[in-house]
Amino acid sequence: MDEGIRIEGLSKRYGAGDTAVDALKEVNMSIAPGEVVGLVGPSGSGKTTLLKCLGAVIEPTRGRMTLGGEVIYDSDDGGWKTKDLRALRRDRIGFIFQAPYLIPFLDVTDNVALLPMLAGRTNGASRARALELLQALDVAHRAKAQPSELSGGEQQRVSIARALANQPPVILADEPTAPLDSDRALAVVRILNQMASQYQTAIIVVTHDEKIIPTFKRIYHIRDGRTVEEAGEGRDIS
Amino acid sequence: MISLAGRDILHSWGKFVLTGMGLGLLIGATLTMAGVYRGMVDDAKVLLTNSGADIWVVQKDTQGPYAEASSIRDDAYRGVLGLPGVAQAASVTYLTMQVRHGDTDERTMVVGFEPGQPGEPAYLLAGRRLSRGHYEAIADVKTGFRLGERIRIRRHDYEVVGLTRRMVSSGGDPMVFIPLKDAQEAQFLKDNDAIISDRARTAGNPGLNRPGVPGLLDAVNAAQTINHSVNAVLVKVGAGDTAETVAQDIRRWKHLQAYTRAQMEEILIAKLIATSAKQIGMFLVILTIVSAAIVAFIIYTMTLGKIREIAVLKLIGTRNRSIAGMILQQAMGLGLIGFVVGKISATIWAPAFPKYVLLETADAMRAFAIVMVVCALASTLAIRAALKVDPATAIGG
Repeated sequence: MDEGIRIEGLSKRYGAGDTAVDALKEVNMSIAPGEVVGLVGPSGSGKTTLLKCLGAVIEPTRGRMTLGGEVIYDSDDGGWKTKDLRALRRDRIGFIFQAPYLIPFLDVTDNVALLPMLAGRTNGASRARALELLQALDVAHRAKAQPSELSGGEQQRVSIARALANQPPVILADEPTAPLDSDRALAVVRILNQMASQYQTAIIVVTHDEKIIPTFKRIYHIRDGRTVEEAGEGRDIS
Repeated sequence: MISLAGRDILHSWGKFVLTGMGLGLLIGATLTMAGVYRGMVDDAKVLLTNSGADIWVVQKDTQGPYAEASSIRDDAYRGVLGLPGVAQAASVTYLTMQVRHGDTDERTMVVGFEPGQPGEPAYLLAGRRLSRGHYEAIADVKTGFRLGERIRIRRHDYEVVGLTRRMVSSGGDPMVFIPLKDAQEAQFLKDNDAIISDRARTAGNPGLNRPGVPGLLDAVNAAQTINHSVNAVLVKVGAGDTAETVAQDIRRWKHLQAYTRAQMEEILIAKLIATSAKQIGMFLVILTIVSAAIVAFIIYTMTLGKIREIAVLKLIGTRNRSIAGMILQQAMGLGLIGFVVGKISATIWAPAFPKYVLLETADAMRAFAIVMVVCALASTLAIRAALKVDPATAIGG
């Protein structure tokens, strides 16, 4: 399997001594480019901690992470391989949040174009990339709109476009369908599948949403900080 | 790169502009306070310039006539005129009093002067100079008097024949100029009851009402009602002589105090206005602190309202310095709007103040620099809060 993202023996411990909590225990995952997997589990099982470790916003206690074939973290070899985690997040990891969290003072195009601009691309090239993604996600007609003028579904599509803006090898989606009804939730999953396939991006979808769980071909169940992989139904929603 | 600050300001421009206007009114008040002080200094300088004098001769060991009481004989000017280098010398009186105008009293400084001599108002806005020896007046426009109106000073009515401007006392009271003799009389003029009472008391004194000395009582009564004092002698120095040399001669030979223009300016500005200046200075400091607190509070509140967006911006790779720059630029923008509104406000309302308000460009430039520095400092609290935001807060639980 080509490597989108691979996690080996990832652990995270909060605190120390008697009060220490092991949020993640020897987690192993592997997602190929173009693949969308579900990460499901009850509250407090470690989903968010795992997402934060994968998103390079907190440092794991132990383990190894590889992104696009390149080791980005190895606890046995000094931890993070780059000091600039901000650039790592910007260039190599896409984020989709439970609420779209679009920047309210930027229009739709600039919300998407901001990432390439932060990466040093010109305004023109960044906006061209943004329009290309907005077109792919069928929201190009709202390119000049303010986020507050969009429907919930449109906002989520714009946030997907933003996550794809720098063509990251992996996208972390944190409950992306939580605020949406069934039709819109399935539409978002359909879009994620299309985008993963089109841009060869590995997508991890953290979810509780029973409506979308059957759509995943592979699911990681997480409980008490440990993951168990199982095959999903892979229900066709095209 | 997109200007995040600019976009945020444009997005919520109504709130931003209204806040800036509120701050601007405060800055306007601050500029006006500075203008009040400048106006006081300028009034003092104009008062000295318009008096047309090079030297002020006053009672020995006093700082009169503006800063403290001074009384010298009204013939002292003759001795001064005889000194070398003196081109003109004339007596003047200054008396702060209420002048009856219609049904109201106006607080003014009544100046007694001799027409054509130093002490006369330098120029007239309207009307003419005094042409009669008594009962004519020239008034500063701030009194509100109009040409041809009659005003009452003590027991006499005066016709306003001329109007002048920028002639106010160090306390800000507009001046009314009347003939010297009238002013001398007005300074000591008693009411009829008091005169009758004084005459009876004098007549009852056997030392002053001797049977064998006819005319003594009348002479004493006359002496009691005539005032031979003035407050100062204003001197104009001849061409080729320096005021300091002439002032030294006056001090040495006439046993009077003589101040040059520079010394009188020092008395007026450094001593007389000093307390007011400190008062205004305190106000300026307080207003600056209040402005800083307001900017800090507004920027801090605006930043707290964007904590989630800031977390997202940090998570997707925005540099800390970009976020700090956004907050700093907003604070500076607020300061800029505030300064513009403040400058315009101060310019509009300054003429409505009862005392002269002088808004100097240099003060405005200084205020602009201070506003920008204060806004930059005030934004540090918000920047600190923004930089402490953990990007992890953008992700779930």
